Amino acid sequence: MAKVWIVVQHRDGKLHRMSREAVAAGQALAAALGGRGEAVLLGSGVDAVAAALAGYDLDAVHVADAPALADYTPGGYAGVLAAAVAAHGPSHLVFAHTYQSVEYMARLAHDVGGSLVPEIVSFEGDSEGIVWTRPVLGGKLTARVRATGPSPVLVSVQSGSFAADDAVAGSAEPCPLDASAAAVDREILGVEAAAEGEQIDLTAAEIIVAVGRGVGGADKMGAVEELAKALGAEIGASRPVIDGGWLERDRQIGSSGQTVAPKLYVALGISGAIQHLVGMKGSGTIVAINKDAGAPIFGVARYGIAGDLHEVVPELTAAILAAKEAAG
Amino acid sequence: MLAVRGEPPGDQESAAMRIAVCVKQVPDTEGRLRLAADGRWIDDEELQMVVNESDEYALEEALQIAERTGGEVVVFGLGPARVAEALRKCLALGAARAVHLLDDAFAGGDAMSTGRALAAAVAREEFDLVLTGSQSDDDGFGATGSVVAACLGWPHAWLVMGVEIEDGGTAKVTREMESGMNEVLRLRLPAVLEIQAGINNPRYASLKGIMQAKRKEIAAVAAADLGLDPGAVGAAGATLEVLSVAFPAAVGGAQMLEGDAATAAKALAEALQKEVGVI
Ligand SMILES: Cc1cc2nc3c(=O)[nH]c(=O)nc-3n(C[C@H](O)[C@H](O)[C@H](O)COP(=O)(O)OP(=O)(O)OC[C@H]3O[C@@H](n4cnc5c(N)ncnc54)[C@H](O)[C@@H]3O)c2cc1C
Ligand SMILES: Nc1ncnc2c1ncn2[C@@H]1O[C@H](COP(=O)(O)O)[C@@H](O)[C@H]1O
Repeated sequence: MAKVWIVVQHRDGKLHRMSREAVAAGQALAAALGGRGEAVLLGSGVDAVAAALAGYDLDAVHVADAPALADYTPGGYAGVLAAAVAAHGPSHLVFAHTYQSVEYMARLAHDVGGSLVPEIVSFEGDSEGIVWTRPVLGGKLTARVRATGPSPVLVSVQSGSFAADDAVAGSAEPCPLDASAAAVDREILGVEAAAEGEQIDLTAAEIIVAVGRGVGGADKMGAVEELAKALGAEIGASRPVIDGGWLERDRQIGSSGQTVAPKLYVALGISGAIQHLVGMKGSGTIVAINKDAGAPIFGVARYGIAGDLHEVVPELTAAILAAKEAAG
Repeated sequence: MLAVRGEPPGDQESAAMRIAVCVKQVPDTEGRLRLAADGRWIDDEELQMVVNESDEYALEEALQIAERTGGEVVVFGLGPARVAEALRKCLALGAARAVHLLDDAFAGGDAMSTGRALAAAVAREEFDLVLTGSQSDDDGFGATGSVVAACLGWPHAWLVMGVEIEDGGTAKVTREMESGMNEVLRLRLPAVLEIQAGINNPRYASLKGIMQAKRKEIAAVAAADLGLDPGAVGAAGATLEVLSVAFPAAVGGAQMLEGDAATAAKALAEALQKEVGVI
C-alpha cells in the first residue's frame, strides 16, 4: 500500500509557502496511488503549525515535538525521520525543494536505504509506477525519470510546480511521533545578511534591467547602464554576475537574492534557470534578449528578441530615447 | 597524526588541514544542444567538457584553507578517461594529487551510487574535510556531497558561503538561506562542506602550475580497489534512472520580435510605449 508522507517546513508558527505546494503535490501523488497522504511536522512548540496542517485532507499529521528540534539541524531531522520511516514504513516522502530539505534529504535517503529523486516539477502514473519530471542542465532540458531503488522514494518539489491553492482542505488528526532519535550535529551561531553594507531594495523599483552571464564581463556593462538610465531603471542581476564580482551581491535576484515584481523586467543574457525565475516571474511585463532562441527565459517573457545583446541593447536605448523625445 | 607540509602561518587556523575535493567534469552547454540518438541524454560528442562551476569554487576554498594551515588538497573525480583532463586542471591550480575513479561499473550513476563510490575512495586516506560543489550543472541533484557525508558518518552543510577553521577541531561555516540571508554554524570536523558558487574568487592556473601538474600523480582506482560490489555503484547502484530528456515546452511563450538588431529594438521600444506604457 502506498503511504505518502509530506514532510513540511515552517517558521514562526507558519507553514513555508513551498510546503503548502508540497501538500498539494503529496495529496495528488497519494490520490494517484490510491491513498490520502499524511503530513509530518518536526519542531518544538509547533501546535499552531500542526493545527494548520489538521485543516487539510490527510490521513494523519505526525508531530515530532521536542526541544532538540527547536532549530533545524540535518542530524536532528534525519535522525527522527529515519526512525519514523522504520516504524511506519511510508512508501514516499515528499519535501519542498527548499534549502533546508535538500540539505538533509539525501542523508535520509541513504540512512533509510531508499531512493532519491530531487527537484521534481511534475509526475504521472503509468503501469509500472510513477514517472517524475525534473529539470537538468540548468533547466535547458527536462528529464523523465523513474525511481529504481528500494522504497521509500524521497522526492522534493520545485517551487511553483504545484499550486498551494490546489491543496485539498479537510480534517486530519495530529498524533505524536517519537523524537528521541534526534542527533543534533551542528551548533547554530546566528543569522546575517549575505550582502555587506547598505542594501539596495530592488523590490521598490518600477523597472529593472537585469543582466546575466551573457553580458560577458564587468567591462561590458556600459551599454546596459545606458539602457537602465534611458528607462529610469534599477540594475539587477542573475547569480553568476554577482559570483563573478561584476556587481555587488545586493543586486542579485532569485531564490538566494531578492524577489521582485516590477512593472517591467528586462532580462539581458539570462537563461532563465528556476532559481532566477522564482525571484522575478511575478513581474508585470517581462522582456528577454538572449542569443539562444530556446532559452527558458522566453517561456515567461511577453516580448523576446533572439539576438546578441551587445548589438540589440544600444539600438534599444536609442529607440527608447527617440520615442521619449517624440512623446515630448 | 597529520603531516605538516610547509610552515603554518601561526594565526587562528593552526592545524594542517588535509582536504579532499570532489570534482565533476560536465559538458559546457552554452549554445545549441542536441539530444543523443537514444533520447536519454544530450549528444556531448562535440561539447567542450569543463569543471563543474561550484566545484571550481570548492577547489579554490580548499586551496586557500590548505595555504592558511599548511595542509594538502587531493582531488577526486569519478567518470570516464576524459575526466583526467579536469583533474589535471585542478593539479595545475594547486592540488597535490588526484584520484580518478575510473571503471565502466561507475557509469550511469546517480547521487546515491556516485556518492557511495566517492566516499569509499576518500575513506582510504585520512582527511579533515571533504569539499564538494553544491550542485552539478548537468544532473543537478544537489545531493552527492550529502551522500558522501552520510556514507562517512560525518556532519555536513549544503550551500556553504564561508569556512573558518577553528582550534579544537571545529569549523565555523556560513550557509546560504533563501532570500539573501546566511546562517552561521559550527560543525565538528571531519566534515563534508558542499560549497556554493560565489564563496571566493577562483584563481587562474599559472604557467608554472601547468608545468608542475604534468609531474603530479593521477591515481586510477576501480570499484574492486575500493572494495565495492559492482552492483552498488554506477547505474546498478543508482536509485534513479533517466528514461528520456526533452526541451521544455514553452509555457505561454514570448512574442518574438524579428528582424535585425535595429528593427527588433525599435519594435520593442514601440511595444513598451504603446502596450506597456513605461516610456
Ligand atoms: C541553491 C542555488 C541557489 C541559486 N540562487 C540563484 C539566485 O538567487 N539567482 C540566480 O539568478 N541564480 C541562482 N542560482 C543559479 C541558477 O541555477 C543559474 O545557474 C543562474 O541563474 C544562471 O544565470 P544566467 O542565466 O545569468 O547564466 P547562464 O545560465 O549561463 O545563461 C547565460 C545566457 O546568456 C545568453 N547569452 C550569452 N551571450 C549572449 C549575448 N552576447 N547576447 C545575448 N545572450 C547571450 C546565453 O544564451 C544564456 O542563455 C542558484 C543556484 C543554486 C544551486
Ligand atoms: N562524478 C563525480 N565526480 C566527482 N565529484 C562529483 C561527481 N558527481 C558529483 N560530484 C560532486 O558532488 C557535487 C554535487 O553534485 P550533484 O549531486 O550531482 O548535484 C558536485 O558539485 C561535485 O563536487
